[in-house]
Amino acid sequence: MTTICILYPELLGTYGDGGNGLAVYERARRRGLDVELISVGLNDAVPDASLYLLGGGEDGPQRLAADLLRTSSFGSRVRDGAHVVAVCAGLQILGLTFCVEGDDEYEGLGLVDVVTSRGERRSVGELATRVDGQLLVGFENHGGRTTLSGGVDALGTVVKGRGNDAKLDGYRTKNIWATYAHGPVLAMNPWFCDEILASVVGAELEPLTSAADLLYQERCRVLSS
Amino acid sequence: MNVRDRVAAAAIRTVNRVSRLTGRGSGTVIGGRVGMKIAPDLVTSLTRGRTVILVSGTNGKTTTTSMIVAGWGGSVTTNETGANMPAGHVAALVESKNDHVALEVDEAWLGDTLTSTRPHVVVLLNLSRDQLDRANEVRHLAERWRKALEVHDDTNLVVVANANDPLVVYAAEVRANTVWCDVPTTWIADALSCPKCTLAISHVGNSWHCTCGFAKPVALTAILGDELVIDGATVTLELSMPGEFNRSNATMALTALHCVDVDLDEAVRRVNAIHSVVGRFSVRRWNSHTLRLLLAKNPSGFAAMLATLPDDDSDVWVAINARVADGHDPSWLYDVPFEMLRGHRVYCFGDRRLDLATRLDYGNVDYVVVDEDSSIPASKNTVSVLANYTAFNDWLGRSVP
Repeated sequence: MTTICILYPELLGTYGDGGNGLAVYERARRRGLDVELISVGLNDAVPDASLYLLGGGEDGPQRLAADLLRTSSFGSRVRDGAHVVAVCAGLQILGLTFCVEGDDEYEGLGLVDVVTSRGERRSVGELATRVDGQLLVGFENHGGRTTLSGGVDALGTVVKGRGNDAKLDGYRTKNIWATYAHGPVLAMNPWFCDEILASVVGAELEPLTSAADLLYQERCRVLSS
Repeated sequence: MNVRDRVAAAAIRTVNRVSRLTGRGSGTVIGGRVGMKIAPDLVTSLTRGRTVILVSGTNGKTTTTSMIVAGWGGSVTTNETGANMPAGHVAALVESKNDHVALEVDEAWLGDTLTSTRPHVVVLLNLSRDQLDRANEVRHLAERWRKALEVHDDTNLVVVANANDPLVVYAAEVRANTVWCDVPTTWIADALSCPKCTLAISHVGNSWHCTCGFAKPVALTAILGDELVIDGATVTLELSMPGEFNRSNATMALTALHCVDVDLDEAVRRVNAIHSVVGRFSVRRWNSHTLRLLLAKNPSGFAAMLATLPDDDSDVWVAINARVADGHDPSWLYDVPFEMLRGHRVYCFGDRRLDLATRLDYGNVDYVVVDEDSSIPASKNTVSVLANYTAFNDWLGRSVP
């Protein structure tokens, strides 16, 4: 059984972020894989899972989510190889520090060597990132500017929008994918969702057609024009 | 009014008239902008001496405002086209000199509008995620409301506020003169974490509280079955419009009217008789189809509207755009419980029909993407059409009564 776990949707689920868990789950289920989708509430312990999903949230909830995760088993599970997809505030929480309520620096989980400061202005709009030759399309809405340390790879290079710093978007380690494209980024980018799923289950996947194929083509056309 | 205000008011009326005559829309916003350029304090001088009720919140502003207008009776000045920022207010206010004014106010403009209009009553309906690319964060809005209410210096202001929405309570609790309404509020996803301390709010039955002490206040107004009790007086709600949310809207509208001494029995009779509000809930014809047009523009609005659909296998049409007035980011489609539509076939319309189709597909809802209107099969029964803001206006424009 492959368990997909959405962490604290009450705190980190501002922009339809539940769509990411739903997309991975459905794309696994339709291929006949043995999979379950669960979500962890504020008062629940973090259970064992193959893939954890972190969404976006406002300052206060983001702080609380960081505190809850800090005192949970999440960090050790990730260090032991559990996979994570983190978007927006989730991306910031996994790093060393992030900013809340103005420029107040807050301690992250330190799982990835990145820091997020307050950007000069809010980044709001369509985001397109080139990831290994493919376009990743979505929408960003955040006030952060994220700097990767020398040893951390970006997820991709920004084609449209801002991402981390107008050049790079997110980061990628062997078991973590992070992007500023919030909400249903996995639902909109079936190739990306499948790449993650294949890595989580450790096997090649059968091709799968879905409504998202046409949406992805349309968004690529719009965003690269 | 001084000379400058009079010149400005005349300019607005002229622009509005020209705009209507040339078919460039109702002209309200552009006229208002012209007037405010000439006299920036125009709202203040135009509302002086009039009894003003403001209505704000994420959902139900237009409906509640029109319930107040109808319930008040007689002539009431209002921004019925939904132009709910200062330019729209000015444009509405110059068109008539009625003593009674009811204005809906964009959530982000509440503070400014409180200051400029000095209302007798402000109605705060609810706050939830909506057009986040424009408004950013909903808790931030609650914070701004709270600050605006804190600094407002008119102690006579009555705040009519939803006791079941923790974000609204957070904003309105700073006023001494708040009338709390215990109205059905099903969308709580944006207030699961306490606006004061961020810990989890417990929602138990019809109540809520946080361990920090922040809790549902005691309400003056409550709905008991079909009976609406306001400050001890009882009237019967028999709305012509569907939906639990409209009962909430009516309750808050009637409470506001009670606060300006309108006779409740008369008011409820007039509110009960409303069948549609600017086309919302109206039954219209399009080609060979009979349509019921339903506006739903964000997750809480959609969830409420989906709950009003007939429990059968009838076709449902949904139209989604992501233009300026809708917000450019349709990510919120994943916050809508579209799974409620399983068992129906959903026809997907609008600029973002592929985003909708993808959402429905992942939710295992039967869907058809409509690229050509000719591909739609004939329908036997009235079709429910759910559409977000500009998509709704498109459907209102292309259909006939």
